[in-house]
Amino acid sequence: MRGGCGGPAVVRAGSGGPPLHRAAAAAAAAAAAAGGRLVGMEHIRTTKVEQVKLLDRFSTSNKSLTGTLYLTATHLLFIDAHQKETWILHHHIASVEKLALTTSGCPLVIQCKNFRTVHFIVPRERDCHDIYNSLLQLSKQAKYEDLYAFSYNPKQNDAERLRGWELIDLAEEYKRMGVPNSNWQLSDANREYKICETYPRELYVPRIASKPIIVGSSKFRSKGRFPVLSYYHQSKEAAICRCSQPLSGFSARCLEDEHLLQAISKANPANRYMYVMDTRPRHRVQSWWATQKDIGRIIVRISSKIWNDEKIRESDEKKRLNAMANRAAGKGYENEDNYSNIRFQFVGIENIHVMRSSLQKLLEVNGTKGLSVNDFYSGLESSGWLRHIKAVMDAAIFLAKAIEAESASVLVHCSDGWDRTSQVCSLGSLLLDPYYRTIRGFMVLIEKDWISFGHKFSERCGHLDGDPKEVSPVFTQFLECVWHLTEQFPQAFEFNEAFLLQIHEHIHSCQFGNFIANCQKEREELKLKEKTYSLWPFLLDDQKKYLNPLYSSQSQKLAVLEPNTVSFNFKFWRNMYHQFDRTLHPRQSVFNIIMNMNEQNKQLEKDIKDLESQIKQRKTKQTDGILSKELLNSVRPESPALKATLSLKEQALLPVNNVLRTIEGSSPADNRYSEYADEFSKAEPAVVSLEYGVARMTC
Amino acid sequence: MEFAEMIRTGQAQAELLRGPEEPPLRGTLCITGHHLLLSPGPQATPDLWLLLLRNVDSIEKRVAGDSGTITLRCKDLRVLQLDIEGVEATLDIARSIEALSSLESVITSFPFFYRPKGLRLGDAWHFHPPECYYKRVARETNAWRLSEANEDFSLCPSYPRAVIVPRAVDDSAVARSARFRQGGRFPVLSYFHAPSGTVLLRAGQPLTGPQKRRCSEDEELLRAVLAGARPGARGFIVDTRSPQAAKQARMTGGGTEAKAAYPGWKRLHRPLERGRPLQESFVRLVEACGDLEQSMDRWLNRLESCRWLSHVKETLSTACLAAQSMEQEGACILVHGAEGTDSTLLITSLAQLILDPLSRTMAGFQELIEREWVQAGHPFQLRCAHSAFSHARPKHEAPTFLLFLDCVWQLGRQFPLSLEFGEGMLLALFDHAYASPFGTFLCNNEKER
Repeated sequence: MRGGCGGPAVVRAGSGGPPLHRAAAAAAAAAAAAGGRLVGMEHIRTTKVEQVKLLDRFSTSNKSLTGTLYLTATHLLFIDAHQKETWILHHHIASVEKLALTTSGCPLVIQCKNFRTVHFIVPRERDCHDIYNSLLQLSKQAKYEDLYAFSYNPKQNDAERLRGWELIDLAEEYKRMGVPNSNWQLSDANREYKICETYPRELYVPRIASKPIIVGSSKFRSKGRFPVLSYYHQSKEAAICRCSQPLSGFSARCLEDEHLLQAISKANPANRYMYVMDTRPRHRVQSWWATQKDIGRIIVRISSKIWNDEKIRESDEKKRLNAMANRAAGKGYENEDNYSNIRFQFVGIENIHVMRSSLQKLLEVNGTKGLSVNDFYSGLESSGWLRHIKAVMDAAIFLAKAIEAESASVLVHCSDGWDRTSQVCSLGSLLLDPYYRTIRGFMVLIEKDWISFGHKFSERCGHLDGDPKEVSPVFTQFLECVWHLTEQFPQAFEFNEAFLLQIHEHIHSCQFGNFIANCQKEREELKLKEKTYSLWPFLLDDQKKYLNPLYSSQSQKLAVLEPNTVSFNFKFWRNMYHQFDRTLHPRQSVFNIIMNMNEQNKQLEKDIKDLESQIKQRKTKQTDGILSKELLNSVRPESPALKATLSLKEQALLPVNNVLRTIEGSSPADNRYSEYADEFSKAEPAVVSLEYGVARMTC
Repeated sequence: MEFAEMIRTGQAQAELLRGPEEPPLRGTLCITGHHLLLSPGPQATPDLWLLLLRNVDSIEKRVAGDSGTITLRCKDLRVLQLDIEGVEATLDIARSIEALSSLESVITSFPFFYRPKGLRLGDAWHFHPPECYYKRVARETNAWRLSEANEDFSLCPSYPRAVIVPRAVDDSAVARSARFRQGGRFPVLSYFHAPSGTVLLRAGQPLTGPQKRRCSEDEELLRAVLAGARPGARGFIVDTRSPQAAKQARMTGGGTEAKAAYPGWKRLHRPLERGRPLQESFVRLVEACGDLEQSMDRWLNRLESCRWLSHVKETLSTACLAAQSMEQEGACILVHGAEGTDSTLLITSLAQLILDPLSRTMAGFQELIEREWVQAGHPFQLRCAHSAFSHARPKHEAPTFLLFLDCVWQLGRQFPLSLEFGEGMLLALFDHAYASPFGTFLCNNEKER
């Protein structure tokens, strides 16, 4: 307790290896060493290489640590001379690269999906080649059954595992929202995944929507993803619904789909109109126009339609032209003429390919050594990453406002309704409902809007060796939006940054079954609930680490978050993208101090209670009034509560001392300064630049 | 000087808009010699709203119909809008504010009239005289002495009366060294780092000129510094200009120390921006921050192109360089630029903040600012005459002090547990440096004060 705050013994939030998978990895490593039959062992040619150098990613002087590299069936492990271990899960590896041979050995650069980048130098080229080939194969599995989750065993029995899976119950969640009710009911239309393979079995639809209407609508919607309920706002009686784009064709319309939208609108007695949000930027929807080959034919048809239709002539012709061309391609958005009482809204979130290349650019920028402030900002700008984050946030805010201020139901869709739609629906619910800002509620939200509605986790995260064009950081963006909200509303969230980082870690780790496969149907076929474990109980067990000490549940009741999205409220998320670059981190954590103080307060309260009960006991024992007075006096000086207060005072002073050591740079753990000193003793100190992490400047 | 002459109209009905967050305020507007008052009437809760006229940076008037609008942009970066009834009244008030906010003479400025309750004049002045700091130094070492060579400000008008110099150097040598340095700013002790026994010095540039003049007393002074630290100690001269700029300065009589003349000292060039470019950077930053509607890309672009954060980074890394070499190399540091009153002070004060835990306390930080900025002769009057909104052509303005505050804030972000004071302290210092009822940041140096 005394060594306390800021000391190296305390595990900091958002840094350090995640102990969860670390322990597991140790077990796996042990199993591998014992000759256990694990998947992937046949790919391993070399299990141990000595004298490997691990380069510091941002050091300008090529500082390195020397140690031994181990290859297990599931992890790559580097143990340096100080016995510090670096674990890298094979599934986390995004790319392995062998660079040209140098005098000191063969460089091997590994980039991970959790934004760790390691740069090894292996002394012998043969070893390097072996490891390179092994990693190439181990990091890209061909079958689901080869993923880590199927061999991961946290020593739980079947009953415990099952309980873990039952922890989050979506039926329970819909009940919490207040459905089924007089307007909304559970539909059994998709019970056998007959209507839509990528939806869950249980779907909630307006009570007045009959099964033929649903079936009809699903035929009109891309991939059969017809409009269903995502979130129900009990007090406003408004709903967030989601679907995919309509296959409206050139002049096609679908009466059932129009009926279904009417039904959603009518299910909300508070407001007679509803919004349809197309989350795609207008120009993208319209770009179908360009792909159309027989433009001439369309123009003829369109112009005849224009002259026939008074209403269209009045409105912006160009817009209509494009929209209709769009419909000619068979995809697009709803024809406004066919839907009444509906307000259409476009919000410009770009598609997965734009997002993927944006993240790629961002990573290139922040991986640059000795980055200048200007290069950082121009790189950040040209990557467009924060622009995309802001777009997602703005869309969610529009959604929340429509419900909160206008009590209007909103139907959200993009193209297929599993990427941008998931982002907007889940963020919108998060803004509206304080429950989703608790640890458990956040898990429910992810289970509902992401997992059950078929966000294609396996394809987006590249779990298997598949199409690289399907990989996209859609979920990462969602987490980043949540992080921005936690920065703007530090008291609104029960969880902290570490929780978000841990979830991000596990969508890629394939250690738990939750995020494996692309939809519920696939998951059932894989028997994930029988063969793998759920992540959530493990996070709940570790809850202490993920608690936000500033959270106040009282002030949050019924509070809708209204974030400000002025451009300068968005900043680079250092702890995500530089999570493993310890040298770039600030070395003082207010979080630890607050957590320690919380802990002590709890201890103190407990002490007080103990003392009070002791006093009571003695009082009842000794009826003699005088004696008890003496007793009280004698108790006081040694009272543990007092002692605790004293130690609290010490504690309060301590950090200051620690701090000073750190800032002076004399702490041995702080390698940045010593590195700096090395450089300084060289002949030309004029070239020394103290790499004051540019990333830090942004916050 | 009569203030009454400048006040065209006593009062007018007006409505004040203070930004989107706060409700508008309606009431009677008054102008006094130093203040703009708005009295919303007897029953209102905030009974008086008050603005120091010295705070006004730029004023813009617009007349429409029979009412007018005045937009005041303050030095503390506030933007206020006054809606005034009557065209005549608007013009009069605008003219009065214009006249009163740009008073040239220091004597007529408000701090001379300001008498806060409970404080007597003379109290708390010389809270932190140089003698005080010398006592602290003397406890650790006896290689330094307090020299009163500048008693009548004849050697250096921008130094305080007493400065700390090496014990081995007498006052006459000091005087000759002063003649060799620009502005008479001979090398003096800025900070003594007890754990490593090294010192931080600051000075003006040596007047080597095109003939490469030398000054044996100046050389002797620096030799004495090294001898006083510890045998075999090395020193670094941190020049805050680029090598080219330093060479060019020779043409106008300045220059840098010649390598051969100062054995044991090594010269480092760490170019820092100053003056005009810094002010422009500041103006562009404030412009970028003022636009709430811009897209993300535009914002990042403007943030980048204003280069303000680059300046912050350069300054911090130079200060770290100085601090590191003192702490870990055991080297003495002499910092100078051209005049030694701007970027020099930035570096010396930040290096102290990094090295000295005491200066990170509330009292220590105040002492640091008093010693390294006020007494060391940072020309506050010239540098802070106008802030980012002024249309006046900038002459000597530069947000050097703001840059210092920003650097401290950045340190606070990285080491949230190390500074005893918070952001509020830095903001308050910024406000007071630009427009204050107090006299601390008035004038350019001790002599004028």
